[in-house]
Amino acid sequence: MAIYLIRRFLIMIATIFVIATLTFILMHSIPGNPFTTQDRSTSEAVQENLNAHYHLDEPMLIQYGIWLKSLMTFDFGPSIKQPTETVNDLLSRGFPISAELGMWTITIALLSGITLGVLAALKHNGIIDYIAMTLAVLGISVPNFILATLLIQQLAVNLQLLPAATWSSPMHMIMPIIALATGPTAIIARLTRSSMLEVLTQDYIKTARAKGLSPAKIVIKHALRNALMPVVTILGTLVAAILTGTFVIERIFAIPGMGKYFVESINNRDYPVIMGTTVFYSAFLIFMLFLVDVVYSILDPRIKLHKKGGS
Amino acid sequence: MEKILEIDDLHVHFTTYGGTVQAVRGVSLYLNKGETLAIVGESGSGKSVTSNSIMQLIPSPPGKIVKGSIRFKGRDLVRTSKKEMRAIRGVDISMIFQDPMTALNPTLTVGDQLTEGLKQHTSISTDSAKQKAIDMLRLVGITDPESRFKQYPHQFSGGMRQRIVIAMALICEPDLLIADEPTTALDVTIQAQIMELFSEIQEKTGVSIILVTHDLGVVARVADRVAVMYGGKIVETGDKDAIFYNPQHPYTVGLLHSVPRLDMQEAVLQPIDGTPPDLFAPPQGCPFTARCAHAMQVCANVYPPATNLSASHQVECWLQDARANRAASLMKR
Amino acid sequence: MEYPNRPTETAVQQIPDDWFQPIEKDLNKAEEVARPSLSFYKDAWIRLKKNRLAVTGLFFLIVLILAAILAPILSPYSISEGALRNQNLAPTASHWFGTDSLGRDVFTRLWYGARVSLFVGIAAALIDFFIGIIYGGIAGYKGGRTDSAMMRIIEVLYGLPHLLVVILLLVVMGPSLFTIIIALTITGWIGMARIVRGQVMQLRNYEYVLASKTLGASTARIIRRNLLPNTMGPIIVQITLTVPSAIFAEAFLSFLGLGIQAPNASWGSMANDGLSAILSGDWWLLFFPALFISLTMFAFNVLGDGLRDAFDPKLRR
Repeated sequence: MAIYLIRRFLIMIATIFVIATLTFILMHSIPGNPFTTQDRSTSEAVQENLNAHYHLDEPMLIQYGIWLKSLMTFDFGPSIKQPTETVNDLLSRGFPISAELGMWTITIALLSGITLGVLAALKHNGIIDYIAMTLAVLGISVPNFILATLLIQQLAVNLQLLPAATWSSPMHMIMPIIALATGPTAIIARLTRSSMLEVLTQDYIKTARAKGLSPAKIVIKHALRNALMPVVTILGTLVAAILTGTFVIERIFAIPGMGKYFVESINNRDYPVIMGTTVFYSAFLIFMLFLVDVVYSILDPRIKLHKKGGS
Repeated sequence: MEKILEIDDLHVHFTTYGGTVQAVRGVSLYLNKGETLAIVGESGSGKSVTSNSIMQLIPSPPGKIVKGSIRFKGRDLVRTSKKEMRAIRGVDISMIFQDPMTALNPTLTVGDQLTEGLKQHTSISTDSAKQKAIDMLRLVGITDPESRFKQYPHQFSGGMRQRIVIAMALICEPDLLIADEPTTALDVTIQAQIMELFSEIQEKTGVSIILVTHDLGVVARVADRVAVMYGGKIVETGDKDAIFYNPQHPYTVGLLHSVPRLDMQEAVLQPIDGTPPDLFAPPQGCPFTARCAHAMQVCANVYPPATNLSASHQVECWLQDARANRAASLMKR
Repeated sequence: MEYPNRPTETAVQQIPDDWFQPIEKDLNKAEEVARPSLSFYKDAWIRLKKNRLAVTGLFFLIVLILAAILAPILSPYSISEGALRNQNLAPTASHWFGTDSLGRDVFTRLWYGARVSLFVGIAAALIDFFIGIIYGGIAGYKGGRTDSAMMRIIEVLYGLPHLLVVILLLVVMGPSLFTIIIALTITGWIGMARIVRGQVMQLRNYEYVLASKTLGASTARIIRRNLLPNTMGPIIVQITLTVPSAIFAEAFLSFLGLGIQAPNASWGSMANDGLSAILSGDWWLLFFPALFISLTMFAFNVLGDGLRDAFDPKLRR
């Protein structure tokens, strides 16, 4: 198990290295220099900041080394558009809010998705199964930003039940979380159902029934744990989907999270912010994938050298 | 002798989108206390469905017992509530399945799986449950049971796992043990060891055993009586010696010919030609007609009556009828 | 329901004697009882047809593609030019889905959008498929060290967050139909390559087994007739499910301002335009593009699910 995790750790480092390098190459391939802004609104002070951080007068290779070094010290440099701010300032302000939204979303998606999936599998081909799976395909098919807008129009504008924007009370959090959690819920429900159906045909479930265990015990103790293994493996991908989802959701609901700053930086072509955020989020997600591997290896006692991860 | 189990005219159907499969079509059999009955047949003959019916473990839907009774110690299991049935499973009747590699839950320790049945059915303390499990592991021949108790199934070999599965089945001291192809998935040498273990355990605990298998070698080793199933029916039943040395049904004869035996001079293996009948639309007469070298017109049209050859030896075949031309010796085929 | 039972004593007596003559028969005939075996695609098609939702999805997609080709030709309105006096009209008899803030007919634009969205989805899926076939094919066929090296690369790339890389690429390359497809495929081929590799490995194993058992000539035939279609199953399913995720990605990028640029329209860019209009009550500007995105993704998803079930060897009999 230790060797397996070391292997996964090395792959994680390699992936982070790839995204850091890719970002550097892409940004420096932009025609003209993205860091020497022709924009009149940017002050000389900003240009000095940029020079100081990126060492734009040095050769490319040295710039690359400095870039990697600054990433390792979690220093993502200044912003072009907001002269007094650094990317770190934006991150420390925006990321906790995005993380809060993301945590709620993944928690709710897991709870409701697993419940739906298990119910559907236990009532296989029954009415609950049919309804749950139709809802699940719908949930996958409706993009979250469309769902968000429909929610605002119905619940906030028409019925005036919930506040439409910002992030100041639990009531404000309901709609963004629903909009963001619906897709992942549907994916989890479908996956749980199919893997639960598969597990329920296994011999160890028959053995458990032959022991005279109660149905509840069979489902919870014997079936669920095995059925949730595939759900654990896609958690990393789901976190990535939720995180990119926050970009649009935060913009629609005017939530002052990192996603909102990121979208603004794209629209403003604020390259340092785009670079910093991309690398930070990528590293975060790649680390999540690694965490998922760790959790998986704890849950499945079989995992050893022969188990090639990631699949 | 006391009959511990009596099955009478059992019919089991499976409803699929392709139609209804009549998997078991009127099976009657009994089991005496402390004996081993082998149910023999090809896959699809209904032998596993019969044994699963005893445990009421037919997946429903699509499966359903449509007719008949299964009396265990005087009680009809077909008409027993689910809750009462759960109190019987594992306590009075236990079951072992074919593949020991998949019969154990990979994510739970062996000890947990051994003791959970005990804890479910009795108010035993965790410590005594553990002690009992360790005793059981020792009984089935696992060395160092104290440390093995904490391990996971993947840390055991196939033969070892089957021993654990047997220990698990016996831990509540059941009266009846149903073993569904317990050695099929194992190496030949391990098979012999496991069968040896069955005999030993029966001697020590007096448990009655139903052994479901297609392996006549296994039957010869441990069974007291044999029931031969074909096409959802028991075509011949009798004491082991009667079945092995005086088989009367052409199918039984065919089965014996298709197994290598040391005591037969001409070691010619003869497989039975053809495939088992389609149980979506079972034949009106004897299901073996299409593959039987002695088939007569009557065989295809009317199912044969049972003929008592001795108190315990019964066969259902038209060749037993006085009108049939029995000149052709069965054994020559 | 009738249960064949043992005959009664009297019934046995009444059976005519000549029924007890042995019958001559060809035992080989008994083997012909087996069900007629169907070719892989025929069998899958029969099972797909039983799945009503999947058939509905397929039908919807066929109609959609035909309409995307024909409707803009048949429509009297232009995609880019509108009449300013017809600004923001609600759906009427002459403008079925209303008009937008420039007075352009939403119905007409929707079908141009369908062309773009479907093109992005299908092109991305097909390019993924070709890269995947080449990469996965080489890895799976060569095996050994080549395979492990190629799979290490995949393992490293697999961890990259798909949409973030796409965003980065589009920021650099600038959004256009062409760059969107490139950006989507640069990250999208990995999943396909893994599937192709797995299937090729399987095929290779079959080949060995077969080669040792059968004569050369029939091996090729068996591979072509039975194994190749079998391994195509998961690949077809993957293509079917890549299309809706590419359509979604395009819509998502439009929302970030990195999608198809005006005056061209995709469903994503139309929905993005509609988002701001919805608060002023012009619901149709969002509703129709959103409906079509959702319906199309739904259709591809149910079709993909249906195909997966239809190709599943476990369900074949």
